[in-house]
Amino acid sequence: MSQDIYVLIEHLRGQVAELSYTMLAAGRELAQGAGGNVVAVLLGHNAKELGKDFAADKVLYLDHALLADFTSDAYQKALADLIGKDQPRAVLFGNSSIGADVASVLSMRLDLPLVSSCRSFTQDGKFVSQICGGKIMAEGELPGPTALVTMVPGGYQPDQGRSAAAPSITEAPVPALEALRVALSKYIEPETGDVDISKEPLLIAVGRGIQNKDNIELAENLAQAIGGVVCGSRPVIDQGWLATSRLVGKSGKHVKPKIYFAMGISGAPEHAEAIMQSDTIIAINTDPKAPIFDVAKYGVEGDIFDLVEVLTEKVQQAK
Amino acid sequence: MNIIVLAKLVPDLVEELTIDPGGAALDLTFARWIINEFDDHAIEQGILLKERGGGTVTVLVPDLDGADDVLFTAAAKGADRLIKLGGDFNGVNNHALARAFAAVVKELQADLILTGVQAHDDLDGSAGPLLAECLQMPYVGYVSGVSINDGKSLLRKEYPGGLLAEMEVTTPAVLGIQAAEQPPRYVAVSKVRQAMKTSSIEEQDASSLDPCGGPTVGRMFQPEAAAHATMIAGSPDEVADKLVDLFKELGVL
Amino acid sequence: MPIRETFWNIPHWAEITQYILAFVTVVVFLYGVGRRVLRWRQGQPDATRRSGHFWRRIWSLVTQVLAQRRTLDETYPGIMHFTIFWGMLVLAVGTALATVDWDVTHLIFGFQFLTGWVYIVFELALDVLGLLVAVGLGMAIYRRYVTRPARIQDFPARSLAWDDLYVLVMLAFITLSGYLTEGLRIAVTQPDWAAWSPIGNAIAAAFLALGDPANQTLHLIVWALHVLTAFGILASLPFTKLFHILSVPLNIYFRSMQPAGALLPARGDGGVKEWKQFTWKQLLDFEACTRCGRCQDVCPAHVSMPAFSPRNMMVKLETHLWAKANGQALHGDVVSAEELWACTTCRACGQVCPAFIDHIGAFVDMRRHLVEQGEMDNLLQKALMNLGRYGNSFGQSERMRAKWTQPLQPPINDARKTPVEYLWFVGDYASYSPTLADITQKTAQVFQRIGIDFGIMYDGERNAGNDVRRIGEEGLFEILVEKNNQALSKCNYQTIITTDPHTYNTLKNEYPWNGNRPAILHTAELLDQMIASGRLKFKRKLDYKVTYHDPCYLGRYNDVYDAPRRVIAATGCELVEMLRHGDRAFCCGAGGGRIWMEEKKVEERPSEARVREAAALAGVQTLVVACPKDVTMFRDAVKTTGSEARLVVKDLMELVHEAL
Repeated sequence: MSQDIYVLIEHLRGQVAELSYTMLAAGRELAQGAGGNVVAVLLGHNAKELGKDFAADKVLYLDHALLADFTSDAYQKALADLIGKDQPRAVLFGNSSIGADVASVLSMRLDLPLVSSCRSFTQDGKFVSQICGGKIMAEGELPGPTALVTMVPGGYQPDQGRSAAAPSITEAPVPALEALRVALSKYIEPETGDVDISKEPLLIAVGRGIQNKDNIELAENLAQAIGGVVCGSRPVIDQGWLATSRLVGKSGKHVKPKIYFAMGISGAPEHAEAIMQSDTIIAINTDPKAPIFDVAKYGVEGDIFDLVEVLTEKVQQAK
Repeated sequence: MNIIVLAKLVPDLVEELTIDPGGAALDLTFARWIINEFDDHAIEQGILLKERGGGTVTVLVPDLDGADDVLFTAAAKGADRLIKLGGDFNGVNNHALARAFAAVVKELQADLILTGVQAHDDLDGSAGPLLAECLQMPYVGYVSGVSINDGKSLLRKEYPGGLLAEMEVTTPAVLGIQAAEQPPRYVAVSKVRQAMKTSSIEEQDASSLDPCGGPTVGRMFQPEAAAHATMIAGSPDEVADKLVDLFKELGVL
Repeated sequence: MPIRETFWNIPHWAEITQYILAFVTVVVFLYGVGRRVLRWRQGQPDATRRSGHFWRRIWSLVTQVLAQRRTLDETYPGIMHFTIFWGMLVLAVGTALATVDWDVTHLIFGFQFLTGWVYIVFELALDVLGLLVAVGLGMAIYRRYVTRPARIQDFPARSLAWDDLYVLVMLAFITLSGYLTEGLRIAVTQPDWAAWSPIGNAIAAAFLALGDPANQTLHLIVWALHVLTAFGILASLPFTKLFHILSVPLNIYFRSMQPAGALLPARGDGGVKEWKQFTWKQLLDFEACTRCGRCQDVCPAHVSMPAFSPRNMMVKLETHLWAKANGQALHGDVVSAEELWACTTCRACGQVCPAFIDHIGAFVDMRRHLVEQGEMDNLLQKALMNLGRYGNSFGQSERMRAKWTQPLQPPINDARKTPVEYLWFVGDYASYSPTLADITQKTAQVFQRIGIDFGIMYDGERNAGNDVRRIGEEGLFEILVEKNNQALSKCNYQTIITTDPHTYNTLKNEYPWNGNRPAILHTAELLDQMIASGRLKFKRKLDYKVTYHDPCYLGRYNDVYDAPRRVIAATGCELVEMLRHGDRAFCCGAGGGRIWMEEKKVEERPSEARVREAAALAGVQTLVVACPKDVTMFRDAVKTTGSEARLVVKDLMELVHEAL
């Protein structure tokens, strides 16, 4: 039994997920209140070095050939053993393809309470979960003795979960991983070719306000700087300025990126409907009454040409 | 092959959500209950498996307004057996739901249990993995493609960024469906009506509803209404600065 | 006395042979016709009454078959067909008379009626009308093989080109051989009255030099060929496109006498999967198609997707009926889903079809099958699911339906609680589309200013279902009708008004009112009445030069053409008509549920073609519409065609609001 906050690090093929850093930052907030340590829990095989930029007090490293790639069964077994023995105050998982496969099962197996879709913690250690498509927040006491929590991004800066000083890494014992029922056969790479805008997390969208084909380049530059993909509304695609695969709207794709940055898009309902599921819409338009501002979370009234180049520059500087 | 699909009903987000006077729960008096979107995919995936390899599809739904609709629609798509689980499911959490489902599913000799990977009102994990553990079955979620043969299920699991993993799971197993191999099909109203005439719903009572394992909510609230965009004003330079800050805040920089 | 021995120069054996051949011809003809009739009878019974209205039906035959009214709508093809039709008719009747004269009255009763001046007139008529046929055929040959308009090209089946050629060759040959027979006869007999056959006489002159025995032999040969051709034509009639001579009058006779806006209900569940599930009348429709292609020329779907044409659909369906079991499925092999979804149900095809074919009825029946199979694009599927769940295609809560009323003072009556004179059925687009809220509010203000006692049904209203039905989702249509009827039954009102022609159409023509149909008015009609009665007076006189787009479901489907024009005139605007107006108005492309579907890559959008048409009118700055969907479609098209500086799209209500 401890007041430590364990954070399950998610990694795939040598790459640690951004969400894990967000969770380390969240873990810090929680640990400060509880008076414990932030412990990053890293499961893998020959993957020790992944832990060197974790903003954690300690890294518990579980090494096993069967933990080289994520499989729910092996992770569940290893973690059940660890959590059962250590009994930390809380274990944070990503509400993701890795964390969500594990957390619920552990809750039942270990008879521990589970909170999902947590976005942040209050200073006094309450969880704040985001449900109903972000329309409702639910707040409550973090249940005990050990709370399992799955986390969504947005509440903390991932940067706060990084640290220049490498934490101490302790190897922890791995229980026998026998009779596993889930096995990885292979990875399948995303299809190459043009991007699938419905799956892109960051979209720079251009509308009629972009005025001509040459200006698409401005959007491309911004997209490149910020790591997004350019897409457009119908008039832009009609003009042949962007490929049809980049069309957002009634006749194109419905998208749900984390950020939808709409430039010169008035926000006709057909378009608005297709972007409704975006986490955050930011819109620039010269018309303050443009309906896009009714769906956008943030708006800028103004000319895109005044702004885009400055913004691109500043984004590059900020990186 | 015996495929079981569990479907949950969730409040329709199209309707304006309100918090009940107690302040700690949704006011569901006027809620429109609709099938959880991912569960709809699970049903579709079940039907696709049946169409490809034969077998039966049984659909289980907790008894809430709209449960019959969900079941008959599933029957119109090709589900063979419809089970409605009786009990007071209003505001019941996934732990309770999973335990109640488990009691029923145990009797059904399932080869594969499919359910939606998540639901928008999940606050204590998702029903699929909770159920899997109750039944001592393996669980894989975020699945977008399934085939089954020889006591094993070969599936595709989605990771962020479009990466897929092909995994092998021994059956019986529970799979959390992210997306069926094809979008849920449309069923004509006439077909649903036909199903109402030709299929029947079995009603079974949930033995008990044990919510243990879920959190207690102290307060529910709506995040500040975003009726209109928060306008960022200033010179292009200032606006750009603010946008950069915003990008950082949103975690993209 | 002028008289003719009908079988002059014809040996007795040839005459006998002719009658044997005639018998064979009749047998073949009857077999062919019987085969067609039996095929029609394999179709389903038809819910519409095809009998009744006897005199109206006969009158249709007079105007459309004898007077060729629709055929004459187009000058060149009209004259072409009219001359061939009347020429051949007279020649055929003339030949029959001559035969009767000789082999019935003369043979049996020993008297001839084709004598004296009657015979002279007879000869002259045949001689001249034969020329008419020649002129018509000349026009036809020139058109088919020289000018070659796209719409009569032989697609989709190559073999049809032979059918076309066969008919022209046979008609040309029978005309030519007829004249030659006549000319040779005159050359030999040289009767006094030869001048009454000017053309025959002229031909005779050319043969005079040949001398007698040669001409007599030649006459016999040509006569024999003429007879063979005639029998050939008659025998082949049920097997070639000549069959339209029978099928078109039948199709015109049996046409629906119901309002154009009342779609035939689905027969059972599942629509048409195989051709035998069409009704007998639909099978007759397919066989009545002459491939004239007028429908294709006016079809908006053909503009956006050239592979689709109502003509080709009819041709493919007709061919399919006669294809020996070749394993081809109606859906997929014969007709593609893409084609079926292309139709906007604008009814321009049905409006111009000289054979009165109901293309759309067949398309919707086949769509019903697609819906049953769930074969549709994702957006349409979403729209239908929304309509099923929320009663609107926007996927919004019914509680938001009247959100547009919020800024209005005084608030609008809830017709379910307060008795009103006019019940305003607002419709989906006018209620939910944010871009249309302004127009909807102005509509309410106009009513308030006129002092109309009106109300709406707030969240009780559902999509009226016009386009749901035309998508082929009959079950959903029935649910929507039921829900609207429930709400309507709670209201106390005299007249239903709506700005939406689609709603207007289905309420007026398809809702089951059980004999108590209230008055249903489109707002253009309402305003027109108010202007006529003096209740609506304008303060301002607008001086715009405008053009007006007739919505399909207001114009073609319900014949409301004048009311909106009178309202426009009353506002002081000058109306300039587009070339395609009234019943020839070109659809915006949104109808029949098209507005809910994904837009595939298109050749040209109908809405854009329409906007260009309007923008090309000298001095016209405003395109006036009377349908909420038109506002959406055309405002979009104005942007995509870059016509913002040239043209503004205004709803009729905006015009009225401005002039108040």
